[in-house]
Amino acid sequence: MEPNSTHNAMPDYIRAEKGIGSWLTTTDHKRIGILYLASILVFFLFAVGLGLMIRLELFAPGEQFLDSDSYNRTITLHGIAMIFLFIIPGIPAVFGNFFLPIQIGANDVMFPRLNLMSWYFYIAGGLFALGSVIIGGVDTGWTFYIPYSSDTSTDVYLPILAAFILGWSSILTGLNFIATVHRMRAPGMGWFRMPLFVWSLYATAWIQILATPVVGITLILILLERMLGVGIFDPGKGGDPILFQHLFWIYSHPAVYIMVLPAMGVVSEVVSVFCRKVVFGYKFVAYSSLAIAGIGSLVWAHHMFTSGMADVARVVFSLLTFLVAIPSAVKVFNWLATMYKGSIRLEPPFLFALAFIFLFSVGGFTGLLQGALSTDIHLHDTAFIVAHFHYTMLGGGGVMFFAALYHWFPKMFGRMYNRASAVTGWILFFVGFNCLYFPLFVAGLFGMPRRYADYLPEYTVYHRISTIGSWIMVAGILLLVGNLIHGLFRGRKAKSNPWGGATLEWSTPSPPPTHQFPEIPEITGGPYEYQDEVENADEVEDADEVEDADGVENE
Amino acid sequence: MPTGSKMSEKQTAHMDNHHVPGVVYDPVAIKIGMWLFLFTELLLFGTLFIVYGVYLHDFNWQFRLGSASLSIPIGTVNTVILLTSSLTMALSIAALQRSRKGRSIGLMWITILFAVAFLVIKTFEWSAKFAHGIYPGSDHLLELTKGENVFYGLYFTMTGLHALHVIIGIGLILFAMKRVSGERTTPERPLLLENTGLYWHLVDLIWIYLFPLFYLIS
Repeated sequence: MEPNSTHNAMPDYIRAEKGIGSWLTTTDHKRIGILYLASILVFFLFAVGLGLMIRLELFAPGEQFLDSDSYNRTITLHGIAMIFLFIIPGIPAVFGNFFLPIQIGANDVMFPRLNLMSWYFYIAGGLFALGSVIIGGVDTGWTFYIPYSSDTSTDVYLPILAAFILGWSSILTGLNFIATVHRMRAPGMGWFRMPLFVWSLYATAWIQILATPVVGITLILILLERMLGVGIFDPGKGGDPILFQHLFWIYSHPAVYIMVLPAMGVVSEVVSVFCRKVVFGYKFVAYSSLAIAGIGSLVWAHHMFTSGMADVARVVFSLLTFLVAIPSAVKVFNWLATMYKGSIRLEPPFLFALAFIFLFSVGGFTGLLQGALSTDIHLHDTAFIVAHFHYTMLGGGGVMFFAALYHWFPKMFGRMYNRASAVTGWILFFVGFNCLYFPLFVAGLFGMPRRYADYLPEYTVYHRISTIGSWIMVAGILLLVGNLIHGLFRGRKAKSNPWGGATLEWSTPSPPPTHQFPEIPEITGGPYEYQDEVENADEVEDADEVEDADGVENE
Repeated sequence: MPTGSKMSEKQTAHMDNHHVPGVVYDPVAIKIGMWLFLFTELLLFGTLFIVYGVYLHDFNWQFRLGSASLSIPIGTVNTVILLTSSLTMALSIAALQRSRKGRSIGLMWITILFAVAFLVIKTFEWSAKFAHGIYPGSDHLLELTKGENVFYGLYFTMTGLHALHVIIGIGLILFAMKRVSGERTTPERPLLLENTGLYWHLVDLIWIYLFPLFYLIS
């Protein structure tokens, strides 16, 4: 990956053009990635605030400062914002947009203008969701279950339109990525020379395209039900509310893989780079992404074991649910095998990857308890579920969003962050996370229902530990975000390859110029072939800037 | 490693990319994008077809009763109109490929004429039903069986969504017409028109399934 001398002449993508207008009309995939990053972080912190309110309300039994109605609206918005505005677009829209083209040796995605349009859809959806807060909020829960969503007196139109528009943003991003991966790989970049992050985005893109339209039309059916009283889901008029649940989960279960597959792709990158080893069983990891996407599309009814369904169907869906654990386990074992005898450097991104493996495994194992028919009857709709999906979603997608930020921050902004603050933030996050969600497993086992604003005194201890955990975790999140904002303005200049990565993005300057490849590179090897000697972590940290005259200084 | 023609095709795409930064003209990619979009449309309607299938199973004789109240002649006329419009659309693309711009635009006008005729007939059909008190949420429907209510609910939802697609299709054809007359869509770069044609065929295809499912099951 010899650096190109012409790089020095070109301004990086941030300085290429000036003014807000140049950002709002950009078709550069890197700038669009940054637009997503800024907007997603805003919505994320908003949703974190709502989550904090929920935990504060649950600090003691009885009403603290939110009455039941406000509490219902808070959990609904927390769910909608976290799922549709943070975790689903999170990694693909920010890091996929920024790095997918670079990692396959292209200068942009296939349809750059469509890409910008997806961002405007995202913003429109986000504003609709915020708008629904202003006019009073909605109290259906993020699942919009019929018949409540067609009858509630709160306004369902805005959040449903928000989800619908965000769905199209997601579909168009997926469409763009598939076309890009098929048509824009650099010469020599065969399918099995693609970085695993690209593989995971590719599998995710297929789910986005195939599953999202189903929920789109289902949401429209709710609107028709509310506006016109069509009756398709109304038992009084011949409709079947269970059918709504099927349609909803046909999308929303695959959607959890939209949330976690890109995160798994980031784990593969990070583990490989910080162990300086080829990912163990590369092909298995690549195929397991497709297997998760495939099997994951056939397990939706495990959300409905207590809703009323034929026994045969329940057994089949339970079996398929167990099957999807296999490709997930393949990944986890392969990551661990990659670490074996690797030269491990405990840099912040790698710490996040370790946290992912631990937290996601806990989430995965507790998921099996709900995939089993008998235990699910007991656990359904308890705090156990809340703990389980926070371990998989926040412990999976959320943690790796931060891993990706800390891994690629030097590349994206050309600056380093403070390592000590990053590690402190990680510790606070990890400790706070377990303190926050683990007690909910126990409370759920003892029968604490989910989505309740109040509880019996015997659950107090679990809720109290949990709420204290939320303070620690939020402190960690604020430190992690603050550290990056500080690094953005005050950080040391980053070198083009601070971690010694071997994928293509590390061969470009930090930050990359608008057209990162003046000449499209010719690919001759796999993505994880580390050429040079194993470097000492401290050496990498303290290395002098002279060493990388290869194109960092580009003013 | 890609080989032979596939390889050179790829490189051509990249060369374009290099010379005109940001503007890639890769016909294969544009076709891939269009087909993926059509998949999403199919899944949108596919969901409704599943809902239809479930309720047909639940309310078999009520659905036949509902179907009997729809006019087969009107449905047949609309089917013929839409199928013919697909033909004129295809001919319009063929005309452009043979560099006969005027004929291509003329055929697009005929396609739009058919589309409007379809919508007009559909409007009369719907208004006749409304006049009989059959519309979503009406009191009259509540007096009928639940199965019939679901049948009419699906009828209005699915043909309504289809009609919306016809309207979008008209918009797309008008846009394609503007591009062809402005010579931005040319025999060398006919993709916009071809994709508009694909969309129009999809609208047609969906109707081919809606017609028997609603009109012919009595």
